[in-house]
Parts: sequence; structure tokens; C-alpha cells
Amino acid sequence: MAGLMSRASMVVKAKFSKLLDRAEDPAETLDYSYERQLELLQNVKRGIADVVTAKKRLELQETQLQQSIVKLDGQARQALAANREDLARQALERKSGLQQQLQGLDQQADQLAQQQEKLVASEKALSAKVEAFRTQKETIKAQYSAAEAQVKIGEAATGIGEQMADTGLAIQRAKDKTEQMQARASAIDELTTSGALEDFTSDQTDLDRQLGALASQSQVDDELAKMKAEVGSGEKQKELEK
Amino acid sequence: MIVRLMGEGQFEIDDEVAKGLNELDEQAAQAVEEGDEERLSGLLRQMAEAVRTNGTRVPDDDLSASEGIVPPDDLSLDEARQLFDGEGLIPDLPTRD
Repeated sequence: MAGLMSRASMVVKAKFSKLLDRAEDPAETLDYSYERQLELLQNVKRGIADVVTAKKRLELQETQLQQSIVKLDGQARQALAANREDLARQALERKSGLQQQLQGLDQQADQLAQQQEKLVASEKALSAKVEAFRTQKETIKAQYSAAEAQVKIGEAATGIGEQMADTGLAIQRAKDKTEQMQARASAIDELTTSGALEDFTSDQTDLDRQLGALASQSQVDDELAKMKAEVGSGEKQKELEK
Repeated sequence: MIVRLMGEGQFEIDDEVAKGLNELDEQAAQAVEEGDEERLSGLLRQMAEAVRTNGTRVPDDDLSASEGIVPPDDLSLDEARQLFDGEGLIPDLPTRD
């Protein structure tokens, strides 16, 4: 079995010669190849924009999760203060679940950042090579006979073809990662809206309602106590006046 | 000779480094054959590292072709197999149709 390196070289060369086969004469081959290079440059730019968009969505979801975590923490404290350990436990359990989701999102954000870095580097390299190819292409067209040009094209084209394959793979991999991330983000959205993961983002969860009932109960108790005190002191005042 | 680290760029390496790289490459191919993904990843990382630390970066506007192409170091076993079976893994280049 041949090594991975030579195998990768072979595949890359095959891809590019397939592309070159589509043109008839040397000048056309050069122009056709150049057009495809420009097209790939556009693709890689689009790929970078897609990764940036995916990253923004991830950041938004992270913020939402963080807010929910803070809210659940507050609710747990509220419940404990009201001597409802059962509710506090429930809130903390949800909080821990969300923290796990958040960790997963963090990892994905890292991966996306790596993909973005690779794509930017790839775009830079491709862009420089495309420019070098354009100069060489004009020289070849102007200075060489058709037969000589064929050889020169082979030399210049292999180098650029390799970069094109490399950039193509970088785009493909970034796309795969972005799609995986989007699938996960949608899954989290769906879970939270359908309530399967507990509707922690809506204002009225069961926990909210129970804590609300507790709060209004204690508010009523407080007010009653205050009134009792007022009425009591009023009566004392009357007694004093007598 | 010039080698390419996929996703990273081209590097010029001397014969000594190239020799070491080829040995690692043979082991990597063996790891694919044995279906040992962990070993494959480790070897690919070693290959990339050897090129990075001992090689000199080829300027971006150089149009030289590489003598060997080192696949990305996070290549999965599946992807490695695609590389050996026909022309998988590397996507087709854009064409006018």
C-alpha cells in the first residue's frame, strides 16, 4: 500500500487534470483555469462569511443559555429562602443541564474559530497564487508557441491546482462543521420551544409559578403582619386616649 | 523537496526530514489498513509537526508543485479510506457547466 502523501498527491493531480481536460487549446486552458480560480476565491469568501454567521448564532444561543442559568440560580436561592428545598433542587438540576449544553456550545465555537482561521489562511494563499498565475498566464500566451506553452502550463498549473484542491477541502470541511453546529443549535431551539428540555426560557415555567405563588403568599403574610401591627398600635393609641 | 500540509501551506524540507516523513507516512498507511484511528491521528500530527519545525515556508505566490501532500492531522479513518478508494475526500474543483 502506498503512503498517504503520495495518494493525496495523486488525487489532487487527478482532480485538476479533469478540470484542464475541459479546454481545447493552451490559451483557452489558461483562461479557463484562471476563471475557475476566481470562482473558487469567491467560494472561499462565501465560506468565511458562512462561518462568521454560524459563530454569531452560536454566540446568541450562548447568551440565552447564560441568562437562563443566572435566572435558575436566582430561583434556587429564592426557593431555599422560602424553605422549599424541593424547588431549589429542581432549579439547580436544570441549571446543571444547561451548563452542560453551554460547554458543548463552547467547544463548537472553538472548532468554528479554527475553521475560520484555516479558511482565511487558505484564501490568502490562493489569492496570492492566483495573482502569480495571472502574470504567468499572460507571459506564456505572449511568448511561447502552442507546443512550448503546453509544457509551461503544466508547470504553473500543477502548483495552482494543488492550492485549489487544498482550498476546496478547507471549504468542504468548514461547511460540514457549520452544518453540524446548525443542526445542534436547531435541536436546542426545538427542545426549548417544545418544552421537552423544560421551558426555561419562557417566563412561566412550573418553577416560576410555584415560586410566584410562594412569593405572593409571603407578600400576603407580610402585609397582614404590617396591618395587624398598624391596627394594633391604633387600638393602643385609643386606649391611651381614653 | 517541497511538501504541502493540507490546510496550512507548503514547506521546503531537506532530505533528512523527508526520509523521516516517509517512514511516518508508511506507518500511517499501515494504521489505516489496521483501522487504528488513534494511531493514524498521532502519526499525522507527528508528520505535520516534523514539517512545521524543520521546514521553511514557501511563499504564498510561489507556483511550485509539492512532491508530497500531508493530509490534515484531524483526518478520520473514514476520510483516509476515501482517499485510498478512488478520488474521494477532496471535493471536485468548480467547473463551468
